[in-house]
Amino acid sequence: MTDFNESANIEKKISGQADINSVPFTEVEQPGPASLAQQAKGFWVTFSTMFKKNQTVQYPDVKAPTAPRFHGRHQLNRHPDGLEKCIGCELCAWACPADAIFVEGGNNTPENQLSPGERHGAVYQINYLRCIFCGLCVEACPTRALTMTNEYELADDKREKLIFEKEDLLAPLRQGMLAPPHPMYPGMTDTNYYNGDVKEAHPSQSESGQGVN
Amino acid sequence: MGLEDKLPSGVLLSTVEGLAGYMRKSSVWPATFGLACCAIEMMALGSAPKHDISRFGMERFSASPRQADLMIVAGRVSQKMAPVLRQIYDQMTAPKWVISMGACASSGGMFNNYAIVQGVDHIVPVDIYLPGCPPRPEQLMDAIIKLHTLIGDTKLGPNREAIIKEVELAALNAKPTIQMKGLLA
Repeated sequence: MTDFNESANIEKKISGQADINSVPFTEVEQPGPASLAQQAKGFWVTFSTMFKKNQTVQYPDVKAPTAPRFHGRHQLNRHPDGLEKCIGCELCAWACPADAIFVEGGNNTPENQLSPGERHGAVYQINYLRCIFCGLCVEACPTRALTMTNEYELADDKREKLIFEKEDLLAPLRQGMLAPPHPMYPGMTDTNYYNGDVKEAHPSQSESGQGVN
Repeated sequence: MGLEDKLPSGVLLSTVEGLAGYMRKSSVWPATFGLACCAIEMMALGSAPKHDISRFGMERFSASPRQADLMIVAGRVSQKMAPVLRQIYDQMTAPKWVISMGACASSGGMFNNYAIVQGVDHIVPVDIYLPGCPPRPEQLMDAIIKLHTLIGDTKLGPNREAIIKEVELAALNAKPTIQMKGLLA
């Protein structure tokens, strides 16, 4: 339609018939300035905002807690006596959709007992530049060795620093725990460990006298 | 050399350096480079009142690269987007910084395939890597604060040139990625 009108106008222009009166327009009634009361009503919105609660999170000063089950950095848990729960089965690495986990299992020997049973995780690396924090590794873990913390401040300036080794991921030693390697609790098998029969490190396994078993 | 000789020793390369670093880090304007879902978190930081990016002197996301100092690569970079990303980076005025936001930008993340650049540091030099899929706005703020520390420590003049030479030499002597073993490969 517009094309048709324009061409018609051009034809008129060429023939000298077009003038200002031939352009169609509709008259609009201008409302004029708003009344003072209406303006005050508008400014009241601005003014009252000053007394509203500030919604901004003051992040570096006030760190709001995350959701309790937030998927943050991983943690390799320990048994109550300090032995590692990881048995180096690589199920987490197989479950990982991003191939972010690298595990190498090792054999437990009487001199180097890192976890109850026969095997331990010798090398455990998580590449946090690949990890998508989906938690499939946590679901896959048969010994509940791998869980996630709420820690999220992971940014760093080098690629290498974001590949976390086993030492970075291991849970800290709590009360009653003894740093591995040390022998299993005397008279207990790995089944007892998984049944929760071991509550703390054996008193004979003190800091100095290890391996009394 | 110039100005350094005329001033008392140490003033230009310590006091002025610190002052310049403080000023630089207090007004870093980010360029918009949202590519995927990370961009949603970046927008949550940039434009919403809840995570106010202006608190870090970053007032607004600059839509023009010439007015930007910081490029937040948010999302997976496809091979087709790579030259565009590099061009935007080249158009930014120095000094400029790059935050690689999220797993995909940092390393390709779960998209280990032919279509996605396996880490944006193949294309541009990255200053801060930020893990997460996607990182929450607090994580991005944490990355920005860490970047501010880096910017504040930037050297000037001959010190800077020496560091650039050192970094260049280290990069030339570095082991190629193809020869790396384990997770670094």
